[in-house]
Order: sequence, then C-alpha cells, then structure tokens
Amino acid sequence: MKAKNQTRVIVGMSGGVDSSVVAYLLKKQGYDVVGVFMKNWDDTDDSGVCTATQDYEDVAKVASKIGIPYYSVNFEKEYWDRVFSYFLDEYRHGRTPNPDVMCNKEIKFKAFLDYALKLDADYIAMGHYARLQRDSDGTVHLLRGADGNKDQTYFLSQLSQQQLQKALFPIGELEKPEVRRLAEEAGLATAHKKDSTGVCFIGERNFSKFLSEFLPAKPGLMKTIMGEVKGKHYGLMNYTIGQRRGLGIGGNGVSNDPWFVIGKDLATNTLYVGQGYHNEHLYADMLDGSQVSFIAPIDQRGREFHCTAKFRYRQKDCGVTVKLSEDLQKVQVIFDQPARAVTPGQEVVFYDGDECLGSATIDHAYQKERVLQYV
Amino acid sequence: MEHIYLDNAATTPMNPAVIETMTQTMGTVFGNASSIHYFGRQARKVLDDSRHLIAQSINAKQDDQIVFTSGGTESDNTAVIETALARQNVGKHLITTAIEHEAILKPMKYLESLGFEVTYLPVDQRGLISLTDLKQALRPDTTLVSIMMGNNEVGSHQPIHEIGRIVAASNAWFHTDAVQAYGLLDIDVQADNIDLLSTSAHKLNGPKFLGFLYRSEQVKMPSLIKGGDQELKRRAGTENVPAIAGFAKAVSLLDSKVKAARQAKYAKLQEQLVSGLKQNGVEFAVNGGQAPDKLQHVLNIWFKGCPSVPLLTNLDLEGIAASAGSACTAGSVEPSHVLTAMYGSDSPRLQESLRFSFGSQNTAEEINYLIEVLTKITRKLK
Repeated sequence: MKAKNQTRVIVGMSGGVDSSVVAYLLKKQGYDVVGVFMKNWDDTDDSGVCTATQDYEDVAKVASKIGIPYYSVNFEKEYWDRVFSYFLDEYRHGRTPNPDVMCNKEIKFKAFLDYALKLDADYIAMGHYARLQRDSDGTVHLLRGADGNKDQTYFLSQLSQQQLQKALFPIGELEKPEVRRLAEEAGLATAHKKDSTGVCFIGERNFSKFLSEFLPAKPGLMKTIMGEVKGKHYGLMNYTIGQRRGLGIGGNGVSNDPWFVIGKDLATNTLYVGQGYHNEHLYADMLDGSQVSFIAPIDQRGREFHCTAKFRYRQKDCGVTVKLSEDLQKVQVIFDQPARAVTPGQEVVFYDGDECLGSATIDHAYQKERVLQYV
Repeated sequence: MEHIYLDNAATTPMNPAVIETMTQTMGTVFGNASSIHYFGRQARKVLDDSRHLIAQSINAKQDDQIVFTSGGTESDNTAVIETALARQNVGKHLITTAIEHEAILKPMKYLESLGFEVTYLPVDQRGLISLTDLKQALRPDTTLVSIMMGNNEVGSHQPIHEIGRIVAASNAWFHTDAVQAYGLLDIDVQADNIDLLSTSAHKLNGPKFLGFLYRSEQVKMPSLIKGGDQELKRRAGTENVPAIAGFAKAVSLLDSKVKAARQAKYAKLQEQLVSGLKQNGVEFAVNGGQAPDKLQHVLNIWFKGCPSVPLLTNLDLEGIAASAGSACTAGSVEPSHVLTAMYGSDSPRLQESLRFSFGSQNTAEEINYLIEVLTKITRKLK
C-alpha cells in the first residue's frame, strides 16, 4: 500500500457542498488530492449565463481554500452520446429512464475515471452518500450511505466491481447536516449552497417543456381500461405510471377517488387512467429486466436467491426472489408482496441488508403472470 | 515541487529593479500629478520623466503622444472604437485581421452592431496576411487599419513597415497592437508610419493593469474613459505614478542590445525544444512559420493525437506552466480563432496544440525538463 501523500486521489468536484467536503476530508487525511470539475451539459442562456461557470467558480474558491490544484474537463459529447441519447430513446419507447444511473455508469465512473487515470490517479472520489467496504483481496462491497435519507446506492447500482475498486466515497459515513457542519468549520464557500434538485441537465426548468424541445409530443386520448374516453393527453412521454398530477380530470367516475395514470399503449398512443391510489392496475407481483449488473460475484448466491429490492429511488425495500437467466443477461423478480407502480425504464436494485448487490433495468411488470400494459 | 513558468506571453514576472523603483516611488511620491502644489509637482515630474523615456523607446516625435492606459485592452479598445466614431464623417469601413486579440475583435463586433463595416483579412499557415489582400481591401471610406505586430498565440510577425507604407497612402489610420512585440523588437513609429500603437507593461516584466497608447500627431479623438482632464484630456483618471515609474524602468532595461540578446536566447530555446522532442520520437509539428516572420518568444506546437486539456493538466501536475490558447473557464477549450484562421476549422491542431512562451528567466535546464516530461506525457496520452 502506498503512503497517503503518494496516493493521488482525483475528486470529481461539482461545485456543491458534498464534493467540497470530500476534497477537504481527503486533503486533511494527507492524500495527494486534485480537484477536477466536469462539464457535461451546456446550458448557456441568451444572456451568456451558464450554471457550469458559476459552479466552476465555486470549485475554484473551495479548492484554493483547501490548497489543492483544480482543473476542468469537458464531457459534453460523451454525455450527449452515452446518456442523453439513451434518455431520449427510452422516452421515445414510452419508458421512464433514470439518467443519473447512466451518468454514473458511463460518465463519472467511465469517462471521468479514464481521464483521472491519465492524470495518474490511484483513486477517484465522489460526493455520493454510499459506503465501500474493501476485502483483503481487493474486492469491494457497496453499502448504503449512513444517512438513510440520502443513500445513493440506487444510482450506483449499475457499476462494476472494477469501477468501484477505483472509487472512494468519504462522506458515505456521514449524515448531511454533519457534511454542512464540516464545510462551515473549514470555511468552504459552498457550506450554505443549495443542493441541486432534479435531473442535472434540466435543473429547475419545466420537465415537459424541456422534453418537448427534443421529442415531438404526440397528443392522444386518455381512456379508462374499459375504453371510456376521459380526455386528451399531450404526449405519452409526459406521463409516468402511478402519476396523479397533471391529468386534468377530477372525480366523477365509479367513485369520487382521484385519477391516476395506470397504463400506456404506445401502439395506439393511448394513456390509461383509473381511479384510486391503490388502483389494481398499479400493482404488480413480478417483473422482468435486462441490463443485469452485479457488483458482487453472482456465483456465490446461485441463479436463484431471496433478497430485498427497490423499484425506484426513495422507496422502502421489498422482499423479492431473484431468478437469473442461464446467460445472466435477464432477470425475473418475484415479489413477496404486490408492489405499486413498477415502471419500465427504472432500475430494480437488489440489497442484502446494507449491501447493494447490483441491479437490472425494468422491462415489464406483471400481475398474475399477465403483463401490465405499461408501455 | 519546482515550478517552471513557460507562459510569458500571458504575463511575466516583475523585474526586481522594477519592484524597487515602484516601492521607492510609492514611499516617496504620493501626490496627484494634476495638483498644482508641491506634492502634485513631485508626481508630475516622475510622470514626465517616465513618459519621455517611453516616447524615446518607440521614437515618438513628442512625449505627449504617449497616453497611459490601464493596459493593452484599453489601448486597443480606445484605438478601434474612438477612431471609428471620430472619423464617421470620412467613412464607416475598418480593416483588421482574423487573428487579432479579442481586445480588437470584440470592439470590431461592437462597431459592426453600430452599422460599421469590417473587413477581416485572412492569414496563411504562417499566420501572415497578404499585402495584396490589404491593398484590395482599402477603400476611400476606410478609416482604420488595425493589424497586430506580433501574434500572442503563434508569434507571427506581420510586415509592419510595408503595411505602414500602404496604409499611409490611403485615408486610413494605421493601428498596431504591439503588446507581444514591444518587449522584444525595436519599434520606430515614424519610420513605420504607425498612427496608433498599443502596449502593456506586464508583458515586459513591468506592473499589471498598465500600458500606453501611442497616438501620432494626426490622430484626434476623445478619451474612451470619460472624466477628468488627465493625459491632456486623452485619458481620464488619476495616473498610477508608481506603476508608470516601474513601467519606464522596465522599458529602460530593454535597450536594443538586450532585446537582440533575448531574441537570440529564445530562438535557441525553441531550437532546443524542437530538436529534443524530435530526438525522443514525439510526434509533433510547429504551428506557424519561422523567424524572422515570427516572434521568438512564442512557440505553438501541435502534439498529434494528444488532446490539449489533459496535456496541460498533466504538465501543471508536473510543475510546468504552459497554455492552450484561450481556454474557457468551465472545461471546454474554445477552438483557437488563430489556429482556425491558419489551418481551418476541421484541423486536429485546434484541439491538440499547446503554446509555450519564453521569458528572460527561462534556462536550458528547464527546457530539458520540459522535453523529458512532454515525452512521458505524450506517450501516456496516446
């Protein structure tokens, strides 16, 4: 093992408080720390203002304060080709993608990692709320962040063993308020900076409006499962399974319950709506998925095992039985209890206690062996 | 870690003699040069002496043709904007080149937005304009020709004497941005028919935020900065007398002999770098031409197959400071407009080139270290 001052850690600094504290902690521990800002998206507006420029200013302030060199790298092309194109493509197919999962897989832990290695990095460090446990043989285990509210393993679940072996998550052991306190204590300019919300390239903007700039919205009919027309939708891509807001229809059905999106049919461009949060069409007992990726070697558990899973971020774990296909390319997941709004395009992430085992991308949800009309 | 500075076209370290002059002046002369009392007269004397020395350095006819400004950018802005506005009755056509500094190009764009017409002369692969192009572009309504003496990115050195002669025969005034050239070349504004000339003090081991604009006797235009009547109403704002004393000191240290010695030294460093890289099998090509069509302190190199951002970052991590033209703040390197003008917008040179610029403090040992590090990095990045 190299001495800390001989160990170069390249920190992906976003200009936010989390990665600022990552750089600060590593520097304090004596590592050879280098900050690198990634520019993945150009959102320069008409007046020439670009949030990336402001964020980079914060990186400069924080890095100077800590006393580390800082640089920037541009991945706009890589992001567009590998994340944004996928994002649009998924929407085009009526699915609800998770660009943050893809960003980690293709940009932060691939393009950025490759770049860091060219700068002689031993590790890259990020401000994710997740923990890594290292076995003596070098194998890493991805564990949930100590702050249950902030745990980000969901977004890291598609990473490989090789990618994670090069990673450090120094704030995974901390709770968010402690991170802010450390930033304040160190006098970092980002100590009180607001957390970014939503998808990075959309920011605070209106999601549907943003999407319509890239995908032509095809309006169509909103129907009940019985075929009764309830109104018009303004493009299937603007709706996700289980969504309530923005339908523009009130009670007045079988009951007075609010209306929810309960299905989509891309072929007929129909949006299915139904009443009640617990509408039966929203409940699945099984799913199948592809893009199967495991952090831990799968052999240990066999082709079929029981564990817990999340079907979307910020959701409690559910007990599931995982069945892997012969070639390990597909997965069938059977739920202990029916789960609501299992949405194609999202990740199903597997856990064993605190350990994140890996994930797959949801393709279909089933109810009593019948596929739910979700795309 | 030792740090090696090879970005002298961006700025230079101050000469200790300049620091001493400035410190001394700051300690003894604090008056406002416009005041009529003893303190003002003291400051005025320093100002007058400095102005005289600087006027001599470019063979200006009179001392008061030197107007102190906040630097190259202000001098360029004044020359372009105020000439265009002051001579609107003569015409609204201006000529410049595609490879000027932004301090010229942005004012030109601004004037275009006001209805002026600007001709941008192209350059060849050496970064030089064609005199025939210039002659063809000149019109009776052309009021200004602004062509830089030496380019900051590739060092191309325009034929200023010939340009001066051509422009003198027209209605236009001739401005040259001599920010890069002033510390390296002997300049004679009279012999070269220069009407306006911009310089900056910090490029020749002087203080930052200071420069001058030379204006020949035929040039009549108001100050870009509006305010008091300083600099014979040519530049409002209280003069920074200690810095101006430092500027004059820096200029006084650069007589013809010293400049010739620097040219020879930089030419040798260039030769050392180029032959060292060749010897080590680094794949590269020099962007631009050879001396005498080129300033010796700038060397722009295309490292085939090596993107400039990781090159530059790796160099800095090894303690070597260089530059990649104009890097935008947040990660993207704007393709250099100079290399674009020379090689076209499709050239890989735009993304794979670095600029090294030498200063008087650089040594052969430093260049050897640079060669060693560049060899290592370019191998790694391929």
